[in-house]
Amino acid sequence: MRGLLAYGVYLPYSRLERKSIADALGAPAGSGTRAVASYDEDTTSMGVEAARSALRGTTAVPELLYFATSDPAYLDKTNANAIHAALDLPPSTMAIDVAGSVRSAAGALRAAVDARGPALAVLSDVRSGLPGGGDERDGGDAAAAFLFGEGDLLAEPIGHASLTAEFLDRWRVPGESYSRQWEERFGEFAYVPLGEGALVEALKHAGITAPEVDHLIVAGPHGRSNKRVAASAGVRKESLVDDRTSVVGNTGAAHAGLLLADVLDRAQPDQVIAVVSLADGADVTIWRTTAAMRARGGRTTVAAQLTSPGRVSYATFLTWRGVIRREPPRRPDPQAPDAPAAARAEAWKYAFIGSRCQACGARHVPPQRVCVKCHAIDRMTPEPMRDVPAAIATFTVDRLAYSMSPPVVVAVVDFEGGGRFQCEMTDVDPGKVKLGDRVELTFRRLYTANGIHNYFWKARPIRGGQ
Amino acid sequence: MASNGIRDRVAIVGMGCTKFAEHWDKSTSDLLVDATKEATASAGVEVKDIDAFWLGTLFSGQSGLTLSRPLKIDYKPVSRLENYCATGSEAFRNACYAVASGAYDMAMAIGVEKLKDSGFSGLPNSNSVGDGTRAGLTAPATFSLLAPAYGKKYGVSDEQLKEVMTRIAWKNHKNGALNPRAQFRKEVPKDTISCSPLVAGALGIFDCSGVSDGSAAAIIVRAEDAHRYTDKPLFVKALSFVAGPAAGPIDPDYDYTTFQEVVASAADAYAQAGIKDPRQELAMAEVHDCFTPTELVLMEDLGFASRGTGWKEVLAGTFDLEGELAVNPDGGLKSFGHPIGASGLRMLFECWLQLRGEAGKRQIASVARGRKLALTHNLGGAPGECVSFVSVVGSERS
Repeated sequence: MRGLLAYGVYLPYSRLERKSIADALGAPAGSGTRAVASYDEDTTSMGVEAARSALRGTTAVPELLYFATSDPAYLDKTNANAIHAALDLPPSTMAIDVAGSVRSAAGALRAAVDARGPALAVLSDVRSGLPGGGDERDGGDAAAAFLFGEGDLLAEPIGHASLTAEFLDRWRVPGESYSRQWEERFGEFAYVPLGEGALVEALKHAGITAPEVDHLIVAGPHGRSNKRVAASAGVRKESLVDDRTSVVGNTGAAHAGLLLADVLDRAQPDQVIAVVSLADGADVTIWRTTAAMRARGGRTTVAAQLTSPGRVSYATFLTWRGVIRREPPRRPDPQAPDAPAAARAEAWKYAFIGSRCQACGARHVPPQRVCVKCHAIDRMTPEPMRDVPAAIATFTVDRLAYSMSPPVVVAVVDFEGGGRFQCEMTDVDPGKVKLGDRVELTFRRLYTANGIHNYFWKARPIRGGQ
Repeated sequence: MASNGIRDRVAIVGMGCTKFAEHWDKSTSDLLVDATKEATASAGVEVKDIDAFWLGTLFSGQSGLTLSRPLKIDYKPVSRLENYCATGSEAFRNACYAVASGAYDMAMAIGVEKLKDSGFSGLPNSNSVGDGTRAGLTAPATFSLLAPAYGKKYGVSDEQLKEVMTRIAWKNHKNGALNPRAQFRKEVPKDTISCSPLVAGALGIFDCSGVSDGSAAAIIVRAEDAHRYTDKPLFVKALSFVAGPAAGPIDPDYDYTTFQEVVASAADAYAQAGIKDPRQELAMAEVHDCFTPTELVLMEDLGFASRGTGWKEVLAGTFDLEGELAVNPDGGLKSFGHPIGASGLRMLFECWLQLRGEAGKRQIASVARGRKLALTHNLGGAPGECVSFVSVVGSERS
């Protein structure tokens, strides 16, 4: 029996208060917050973080990696390869983008569930809209990852159904930054019957009735339709799942996955979870949790990530999204990495693999050929360092260096068990960094130059719960 | 295997140094011609008398043609080299060895840098970023790492450390105010220095050296020929240059309170020159005060103060112009300015003036009392990963 082996979620550190949009634009903007990918994040980097969380503690090695997003960092180049590299997966693992629309996520999940061998689906999205609009206010940024295969399953798929129909609700032509939407009530007219119909089919396929559903998730870009389908599903009232949009926003391709993970975090064994995804059709999967749920743990829960202290001002949010172009420092523009150098350094740059001297045991970050301690030559073995915690040995706040979000905080960090590295810090208040603070590594997009994204690792204060 | 040195085998018989400034009206070639004119005139020679040339520049030109083109050098060897901020010193060192070897009778070392044309604050980037994984720290940020580490190790509070840094900048500006060739010729009140806008860490704008344009040159001959050109040559006592393993950023044992490269080059230079107690034997020292915490740490690395006491000595005025050992009497990188390739030779230019008694209002009293040795120190890179140069020159052949 194939099913869910592991899952993980990544919510970015920062939140935008919707009230701050109203304050800046003088327009009503509602309450609550939305999650905001930092200036150094994109769907690929967030996907890496979610996938790291999913794979932590598992032994299964994915043979397939599907990456779904409506906002790919590159076109005409597979974004899943950077995730593949950051996870240090074997070259024989195929990595594929399923990109362009929110429904890509349902497709990636379905393909991963149905695959042979362990398969990883990574769902990630950055949602924006024109200033003052609903997409900007109600959108959110997040990533989720699910590993499917055989073995100790957390949940089994017991039924599914899909309905497809061609209609125009949301769209964006290539090259445009923001999506457009037809009148909301038309979308409702199109989506609700699809959602209701697919749910009925899926329940029938699973051989259960609506009242037997313990958790009903309805997610999709069209908020009103989600609510209508949930209300008419016939499930018990307590089975309706909080869609987390008041804190996180609607995270597009990541959202159904985010909510499934949130439910899995608290579900009991032998419970039924129905996931309805309304995006250019309706895709429903019914899951039944297993006794192995009791052994889950070790990952950061969705609930723990909801309460992040990070806050961005509306002006900062607009700057990070490229809406406001700020005066740069009088410094040279950042340079794109050289493709051959980046390819040679793949294990280091993407997977943060250093080296360990076999003669004296000293760790080297980045990897070296000659030992800094005993000078032995070519006695090194690869040393994965991305999950090793570290402490700040010294740091500085660089107010001169180029950054999308100055000032740059740079720390010299000493890893537990040996090794030192000097790197940028992120998700940090420059005024609160202290010598000795514990940090962990996070995969980021340092900057983009000449249309080339420079991905690498930064240090951030250790997040609670890990 | 040994570092034998070439003590008293070669001598400086002429020097030149342009004003260091924002030379909007002068090109790299103009600065090279200006420094060469002054150096050759001071030695009483012409460019055609020089047998070989070493040109130091980091950003302002490549190959010997950068010098031979403006000077119209007729088919002679011209080497262009760089070694980060120690570039000028490296040009001098190689020219000295060439003369000491007997290969040439007369050599010129010249350094130049034209930094202001880039339009950037600070230094331009020089290299490709390669795989894009190195943290893009600016120079002030890397050197700012010294201050908190020093304070933590020796129990110096942030406020005391800021006072020490401020006093170093204040002293160097005070010295530079007396120097007609310096970029900044004004004394700066301590309040202005300590309250200047932050650049990196605890470093304000006034804790950073000046970005400027300039050139400096030295004419070198064999020691026994020196008196044919001048009554007061400077004899080269020691030249030491080391590159470290750049271990600091990857080795947890490095604590950011010292430059091991400087300690090694100073020990080598003192051995070559036969110096036992530099603080008692030197008349002055020109050191690489790229940022104020650098000068503080250098006082200990060069053996002018014992470990953990440099900050007290700075506050006590030990390294003032009138102090026990004058450090950066010409204003240093701080107020004289730091055109990279020229700085090492600019330091030697101050030794040239001071040991010959030609420093005017800045003249150090201990020279008249019989101190005959001066030291220059130049470093390039960052704490934990740098190159370091130390030279000792003297007004007498021992």
